[in-house]
Amino acid sequence: MAGVVLVAGGATAATLASRPGPYTARDLRIPVLDGPHDNQRVVLDATLFRPAAAGRLPAVLLAHGFGETKAAVRGEAIGLARAGFAVLTWSARGFGRSTGQIALDSPDYEVKDTEQLISWLARQPGILLDHPGDPRVGIAGASYGGAIALMTAGYDHRIDAVVPEITWNNLATALFPNAAGGPAVDGVFKKQWAGLLFTAGTAGFGPAGLAAAAGASGAAGASGSGALASAAVCGRLLPSICAMYQQVASLGRATPQAIAILRASSPAQVASRISAPTLLIQGENDSLFGLDQAAATYRQIRSGGTPADLVWFNGGHDGGNQESARVDGLAISWFDRWLKGRPWRPASRGTGPATSAGSAGGPARVGTAGTGQPGFSVSRNLGFDPSSGDLSLQVATAPAFPGLAGTRHRLVRLTGPPQVVLNPPGGAPPSMSAFPGLGSLGGSLGGSLSGSLATDMPGQSAAFQSAPLATPLQITGAPTVRIRVSGPAGLTLFAKVYDVDQAGNATLPFSLAAPLRVSQPSSGQVVTVTLPAMDYQFAAGHRVRLVLTATDFGYATPTRLALYQVGLAGPGIVMPSDPALVLTDAGLAWWVWAAPAAAVVLAAGLLLTGRRRRTGSDPADEETDSGVPLEIAGLTKRYRDGQLAVDGLDLRVEHGQILGLLGPNGAGKTTTLRALMGLIQPDTGTITIFGRRVTAGSAALSRLGAFVEGPGFLPHLSGRDNLALYWRSIGRPGADPQLAEVLAIAGLGSAIDRKVRGYSRGMCQRLAIAQAMLGLPDLLVLDEPLNGLDPPQIREMRDVLIDYAAGGRTVILSSHLLGEVEQTCSHVVVMHNGRRVAAGPVAEIIGGGGSLLIGTPRTAEAAAVLGSLGGVASVEAHPDGVLVQPGDLAASDLVAALVGAGIPVERVGPSRRLEDAFLALIGPAELAGAGTRAGDGTGTPAGDGTGPPAGAAEVVR
Amino acid sequence: MTELAGPSPAVPGELTTSPAASAGPGEAPGYRPRRTLPLAVETVRQLHRRRTLITFALLLVLPWVLVGAFELGGNGAADPQTPGLVTTATAGGLNFAAFAFFASAGFLLVVAVALFCGDTVATEASWASLRYLLAAPVPRARLLRQKLIVALGYSCVAVVVVPLMALLAGTVAWGWHPLKLPGSGVELGAGAALGRLAIILGYVLITEVVVAAIAFVLSVSTDSPLGAVGGAVGVVIVSNIIDAITALGAWRRLLPTHWQFSWLNALQPQISWTPMIEGAAVSFCYSVVLIALAFRRFRAKDIVS
Repeated sequence: MAGVVLVAGGATAATLASRPGPYTARDLRIPVLDGPHDNQRVVLDATLFRPAAAGRLPAVLLAHGFGETKAAVRGEAIGLARAGFAVLTWSARGFGRSTGQIALDSPDYEVKDTEQLISWLARQPGILLDHPGDPRVGIAGASYGGAIALMTAGYDHRIDAVVPEITWNNLATALFPNAAGGPAVDGVFKKQWAGLLFTAGTAGFGPAGLAAAAGASGAAGASGSGALASAAVCGRLLPSICAMYQQVASLGRATPQAIAILRASSPAQVASRISAPTLLIQGENDSLFGLDQAAATYRQIRSGGTPADLVWFNGGHDGGNQESARVDGLAISWFDRWLKGRPWRPASRGTGPATSAGSAGGPARVGTAGTGQPGFSVSRNLGFDPSSGDLSLQVATAPAFPGLAGTRHRLVRLTGPPQVVLNPPGGAPPSMSAFPGLGSLGGSLGGSLSGSLATDMPGQSAAFQSAPLATPLQITGAPTVRIRVSGPAGLTLFAKVYDVDQAGNATLPFSLAAPLRVSQPSSGQVVTVTLPAMDYQFAAGHRVRLVLTATDFGYATPTRLALYQVGLAGPGIVMPSDPALVLTDAGLAWWVWAAPAAAVVLAAGLLLTGRRRRTGSDPADEETDSGVPLEIAGLTKRYRDGQLAVDGLDLRVEHGQILGLLGPNGAGKTTTLRALMGLIQPDTGTITIFGRRVTAGSAALSRLGAFVEGPGFLPHLSGRDNLALYWRSIGRPGADPQLAEVLAIAGLGSAIDRKVRGYSRGMCQRLAIAQAMLGLPDLLVLDEPLNGLDPPQIREMRDVLIDYAAGGRTVILSSHLLGEVEQTCSHVVVMHNGRRVAAGPVAEIIGGGGSLLIGTPRTAEAAAVLGSLGGVASVEAHPDGVLVQPGDLAASDLVAALVGAGIPVERVGPSRRLEDAFLALIGPAELAGAGTRAGDGTGTPAGDGTGPPAGAAEVVR
Repeated sequence: MTELAGPSPAVPGELTTSPAASAGPGEAPGYRPRRTLPLAVETVRQLHRRRTLITFALLLVLPWVLVGAFELGGNGAADPQTPGLVTTATAGGLNFAAFAFFASAGFLLVVAVALFCGDTVATEASWASLRYLLAAPVPRARLLRQKLIVALGYSCVAVVVVPLMALLAGTVAWGWHPLKLPGSGVELGAGAALGRLAIILGYVLITEVVVAAIAFVLSVSTDSPLGAVGGAVGVVIVSNIIDAITALGAWRRLLPTHWQFSWLNALQPQISWTPMIEGAAVSFCYSVVLIALAFRRFRAKDIVS
C-alpha cells in the first residue's frame, strides 16, 4: 500500500472550498467479496484523494466510464478534493489493475463491490459518518460510471447524493430502441455502438486497444486453442455477458435472455427506490444514451418522492461541447448542497470554449426544494458568439422537467403522398445519421459534424415536408408523428426530423434518428412514432422535413429485400415545448459590480491626490493692498529640465504705468509672463493682480489682457469670428467687449472677415493685440507687440499704448526694440539670468548718472584728453564720440578742455539711449561668464549692494 | 499689406473715455467662471473645422458606398464562410443599419471618435489658443469638461449618423422589411427591430467612450493632435491584436476592445445581456479612470506651448 503523501497541513475545509488547495492522493488495493453467492474475491485498485484538511469530511465515490480506469477521473477527483471532499476512485472489476470480470454494472457484482467500498469508507478515519458504518457519501460517474452510481443508490441507502452523467436508464431499450413503442425484444439493434462497447470490454477502448484486440485474435487463430480464442474474443467480459453479446450480434435481434441480462443491469429496476437526491446530467449529442433515458430515470426517481433535477448539456457520447467546467461545477455544487448542507451556489463560470455558457440557474429560478437549483436546465447552442468567436451556449432553466411530451404542443403540418420505400438486400448501402464513436475521437468534432453526415439513400426513403415556418419553432422534448405503414413482418424504419433552410440545405439536429420496428404490421397499420428527444429551434422561414428511411449505418436492419408503403396518418408532427424554460444569463460575475466601483474609487483618488494648484478663492491668499495692478514677490521657477528660468523676482507695477520689461533672450521674461497668466505653476513666490492672488484660472486674470508668445487663433475662422468667440469664451456675458474700438486698433479693414489662416504675421500680430484689449482690461500685457509691424504702425501702436495707460490702466510691454521702449514706457525693469537687474523710471535708468555723449570725429584723442583731466569718473569710446561720466566736472569744463586741445566738438548732450544703459547693465555679467550668477561688484549688482552701474536707479537686493 | 487702413483718429479718445483702473473687486466686472467657454461656443469653434466636415461627409457617404458594393458584388450569401450580418445585410433598411454597425464599429467609428476627442485639446495647444483661453481665464477643469462634453457630443453624433444614414440608404435600396436576425432567421417587426438597433447604438456608444477616454488623455498630454489621435487608434489596434491571441483566454476580458462586438448578442432571438453588461462594465472602468487621469494631468500641467 502506498504511503500517505502529506503535501501540506493546517488548512481548513472552509478555505479549501473556496480556493484551490493542496490535497493528498493515496493508492490503495481494497479486497471485496461479490458474485451471486458472495464468494468471489476481487481486489479493486483504488485511490483516495483527500484535501489536506483536519476533521471528518463527507466522501464522494467517483466511477469511471466503460473501457477506462480510475485514472480517467483523476482530474475530476482532484477538483472535488479541493472542494473539500474525500474522494475515492477505483477501477471497476475487470478494468485496469482491478481483478475480476466485467459484469455490466450487475447487482450481483459491481453493485456489491461499491457497497463494500462504502463500508470501507465508513471505517476510515477522517470520514464524516451519519451513523456508525454509514458515511456521508455521494456518488458520481459518467456513462458506465453513471449507471453504477444510480444502481448503487438504488440498492444502498447509505448513499446521500447522486450525480450520474450520460448514462442509461434501461440498457435494453438503449441498445434495442423502438420508437413505435413496442417491447425491447422487438427493438432495433444498435449494432455499431454495441460493437464498440463490447470491443472496449474485450480489449480496451480507442485505436490502440482495437489494434491490440486484432493482434490477440490473430494469435488465437494461429494457435487453434479454444481457451485462448475465448479469452481473445471475450477478453475480461463475464462469459455469460460475452455469450449474450455474440448471440445478439449474430442475430441482429434481441433475445429474451439478452433483454433479461440487460434489464438487470439497468437503473430502471431500482430508480424508484432511490432516496438520495439525484442530479441527472444527460447529453444532447448522444445517439447511445439519449435524453429519453435520463427522462425515464427522472420520472422514476421523482415517483418515489426523491428530489431530482435534470440537466441537458451540449455534449454526450457523440461529442459536441462537453462543457466540462460547468458539468464538474454542477456536481460540486450538488454535493455541497446535499452532503454539506450548503445553499446552492451557481457553478463557477467555465473558462473553456463555452465561455458564455454561464451557470445553471440564476438566483430567481427555483428548482428542487426551493433552493434555486437548476430544476430542469437545458444548454442551447446559439452558434458562435460573435464577440469572442467561441461557441455560444446559453442555459435555459425551468423549475421542473415536464417530461418529454412537454407542456405545450404545436402541430407542424406535413404534406407528401404515400411513398414506397425499398429495404435493400443485405441492408447496404445504409443511410446515415450519427457516426458512433466519432465523438470519442476528440472534442467537438462529432458535434461540429453534427447533421452534416446525415444522408438518406434514394429509393430507401420517404420524405414529408412542411411549409416554411411563419415563426420560429422551439421544441423541447420528443416530437411525435402518426404514420401509416404496410410491409412484411419485421418492418424497420428510421425516422428523422430535418431542419431545411430557405436554400434547401437539410440539417439533422444532433444527428439523431429514431428506429422503429413493427413485428407484424397489418396492412396500412397506423403507428405513432416518438421521434428523438431534443432541445432545438427551427428558425422562421425554415421547413420541417420528416424522413423515414429503411436503413441506418448504426443499426442492424433486415437483410432481405422488402418494399414498404409509408404514408402520413395524421396532419403532421406534434412538436412539444416547455414555455417555462427561460434563458437565464448567468448571474453576473462579481467583478461586473466590483470593478466599476473600484474604478470610481481609483478615479477619485487620482483627482484628490497629487500636485494641486491653489485656488484663488483661498482667503489666506487674499492681499490687503488691492490697489496695485501687479505685484510679484519672490517668484522662482525651475522647469522640469532643470533650467532655472526665474530666480527670486520682485516686481511692482503701479496704476498708469507703462512698464517695459527688458532683458536678453533667456532672461526669464517669458516665464514671468507665463506665470503672470497662470499658465505655469511657480515654485515659490506670489503674483497678485489688483490684490488678488494669481493661480491657474483664478478670477483675477479676468482683469488681465495678454498677448504673449505670439498669437493663438483658430485658423478656420475669420478674425472677427475669432474675437467674437473669444469674447464669448471669457465669461463676461454682461460686459462690453468694445469690439469696434479694438478692431480699429487692429486696423485690418476688410481682412477682418477673412479666415485667419490667410493672414500675414503682422496681421495676426495686430489681431492678437486687439484680442488682448477686448473689454479694455485694467492690466494689459504685451510681449513683443511691435514685431512685424511697419514703422507707421509702430508709431501708431505707441500712441495707442500711451493713451491706454493715460486712462489709468496699466500696460506691461516686453520688447527688444529699446528705442521704442524708451519712447513709450514710463518705467523699465531689466531682467538678466532670471533676476531683476534694474528697475525704475526710464529717465532714471538711462540718464540718472549724468553720462554725457560728446560728439567728435577724433574719438581717441578726445578720450585721451578727457582721461587726463582730474575728476572725470570714466571715459569710453563711442561710435559717435566719447561717453563720459563727468564726475565733479561740468559739461562746459569738458568742452573747454577739448576745444583747448584742438579737438572739434560737434555736440554735447546727455547719453539718453536706453540701449547703452541696457548693455551696461547686462554686459559685465555676460563677461563674467555663464557659471557665475553673482556680480563681481563692478557689473551686475547681485545682492551685495555695490554701487549702481551707469546710474541704475535702484539696487536690487 | 495694402488693405491695412490707417489708424482711426478716434481710437485714443475713445479709449480714455472709460477709465477703468480702480481698486474695486479683484475681478473684471461681470466675470462669471461658470459662464466661460459655453458649450455652444465650443461647438461652433469646432464645427467649421475641415476635419469635422470631412469626417461627417465620410460617415454619411459610407452607407451609400456599401449599398453600391452590394449592388455590384452581391452579398455572398451562398458562401457559408460569410458572416451572418453580411448575408442578411440586403434584407432591408433595418438589416442594413445593423450591418452598418458591423462594418463601422471596428475601425471607422474608432477613428472618428479618436479624432474628435484626441484632437480637441492638443490642437488648441498647437494653435496656441489654449493659453489665451486659460488666461481669459477659463478654469482648467471647466475648460476640460466643456471640451470633453463637446467632443463626446460630436463622437455621439458620428456614431448615430452612420446607422441612420444606413437605414435610409438600405430602405431606398432594398425597401422596408422586418429585421431578419442573422443565424436564426427570426424576423422582428419595425418596433422591436428599432428597439434592438437602439440597444446596439447605446452599447456601441458605451464602448466608444473608452476610445474617447484614451484619446482625451493623450490629447492633454501632447501638443501634437496627430500624436493624440494616432496614439488612440494605435492603442485600439494593439488591443485588437492582443485580443486575437486566444491563448490568453480569460485575460482577454481585460482588454477594452474585447467587448466591442458584444452588441451582436442583441441580434440573437433572445437578447443575451451578460456580455454587453460585462463589456459596459469594462468600458466604464477604463473610461472613468482615464478621464480622471486626464483631469489630473491637465490640472497641474505647465502650459508652455
